[in-house]
Amino acid sequence: MFAKRRVAVVGAGLTLFRRNLKETGRELAFEASKMALDSAGLTRKDIDCVTLGTAPDAFDGIHMKGENLSDGAGAYRKPYTRVFVGGGTGVFAPNAGWWHVASGLFDTCLVVAEEKMSSCFPHPQYAFTTIFDPIMSRPIGMNLVWIFAIEMHRYMHVHGIKKEQIALVSVKNKGNAMDHPCAQLPAKITVEDVLNSETLVHPVQRLDISPTSDGAAALVLASEKVAKEITDDPVWIDGVGWGIDSTYWTNRDLYYPKYVECAARMAYKMAGIKNPPKEIDVAEPYDPFDYKELHHMEGLLLCKKGEAPKLTEEGVTQRDGDLPINPSGGLLGVGNPIAAAGLMKVCEIFWQLRGEAGKRQVPGDPRTGVAQAWGDLMQYGSVIVLRS
Amino acid sequence: MSAKIKKYAGERIKTADLRAGKVPVVRWRPKVRYAWSTGIAMSRFLKELKNGKIIARKCHKCNRIVVPPRMYCEMCFRPTDEWVYVKDSGIINTYSISYLAADATRTDKPTVVAVIEIDGASKGIGIVHIIGEAKPKDVTFGMKVKAVWKPPKERTGAITDIKYFKPVEV
Repeated sequence: MFAKRRVAVVGAGLTLFRRNLKETGRELAFEASKMALDSAGLTRKDIDCVTLGTAPDAFDGIHMKGENLSDGAGAYRKPYTRVFVGGGTGVFAPNAGWWHVASGLFDTCLVVAEEKMSSCFPHPQYAFTTIFDPIMSRPIGMNLVWIFAIEMHRYMHVHGIKKEQIALVSVKNKGNAMDHPCAQLPAKITVEDVLNSETLVHPVQRLDISPTSDGAAALVLASEKVAKEITDDPVWIDGVGWGIDSTYWTNRDLYYPKYVECAARMAYKMAGIKNPPKEIDVAEPYDPFDYKELHHMEGLLLCKKGEAPKLTEEGVTQRDGDLPINPSGGLLGVGNPIAAAGLMKVCEIFWQLRGEAGKRQVPGDPRTGVAQAWGDLMQYGSVIVLRS
Repeated sequence: MSAKIKKYAGERIKTADLRAGKVPVVRWRPKVRYAWSTGIAMSRFLKELKNGKIIARKCHKCNRIVVPPRMYCEMCFRPTDEWVYVKDSGIINTYSISYLAADATRTDKPTVVAVIEIDGASKGIGIVHIIGEAKPKDVTFGMKVKAVWKPPKERTGAITDIKYFKPVEV
């Protein structure tokens, strides 16, 4: 079932992540795309096709955002596809780019992800109301943080996890983001700061959540032949995976992200990874909430169920630990422009494997990295494995 | 790249400038309305709520009794087979305590929202609803709860015909 053509990442681009950026979505898409092309030494002429990822239209109030962003994403008169799997979009977009090239249909693909959340008033969270079932959920006043708090609480209950253990993730990621030039919320904070922050929906507090953000990210993908012509330092996409669980989320046990495991197993099989914690040198699991980093580490099979908080306490997940997790600073530190945040993670793995992450560089010459995103109604996992 | 690049694009607008109208913006408020068909399964479910009952569907292949009811089993991918009444009571599978409204404004009083595993449905099969008549700090995992219904005349065939679930004294 696996394609014979290897696909490489040969360039990456990113904009600042901020609330209320002056640039339009299209302008942000252009900036990230141009940076990615420049870094690969290519121009738009060298690009065979474009894959765009952007999350709910309701943030922007622009329906069919794909066409709205296309010119900024370099798609003018080219084969162009928008992919959309909610929060999972940012890692699914390069997966889609991968099959465009792996299939043999194209030699190069520009992958662009953009999000502008701050256009929505009074708060983009309100736009999320429209994702819920109109018969069962909306009438009781459903809001997005409710369901994540419900999931977090279940995870804590099943494994007996303390809030102090979860808060360590926020402390680590916001600290890591101090070294990220695009970061929106870099900060030196303590566990006490997290525990003393405003309770929004118990057990979720203010410092457990990533911010509202605008931003864009881009990658240039190339077939093996083209990649070897343009760079001595390609980073290979060796595994891709994606999958969805049931939309009847109140019929599932939320303590474990089975959908992430399904996506991870698909990607690991393709990459020939048999022992993920041993074979993966650096990981960027999706962390819109601090508990999600732990939840997703377990779904990615980087540790046993319920073991992620212990590894975090022991410092294993620090940038200089045995298994660095979110060295970028993640969504908690760098920011969360949904689709762009997911692709930012893939950019980070690319830079880490090229040894170009500067102050964020994890030691030990990492060769294999994984990025993951999570979306739809707490049910979608997308995973990508990169190797240098 | 990252370490090689010195400047990243992006110009932040100050929130104060935005609020003071110092930045050009175009505003728009949607004025659309929707009327959703409730479908085959949920039409029956809502009618039964009006009667003060919760109804589920059973799949004879996997033997699951599921609520909310559906006309097909997503696992076996075949039509479900029969309507089954389940109880209007259950246990709390997980819950949260909200101080946040849907528009992200803060609420004065906390709302407890829970996934309730419904008695008579298969293990782990729950619905989401509000918990009432309980102090948030007294709510626990595994707590037994029972539906508190609106008076029959006030019911409209909506999930809100159940006002909330309240703890059952055991």
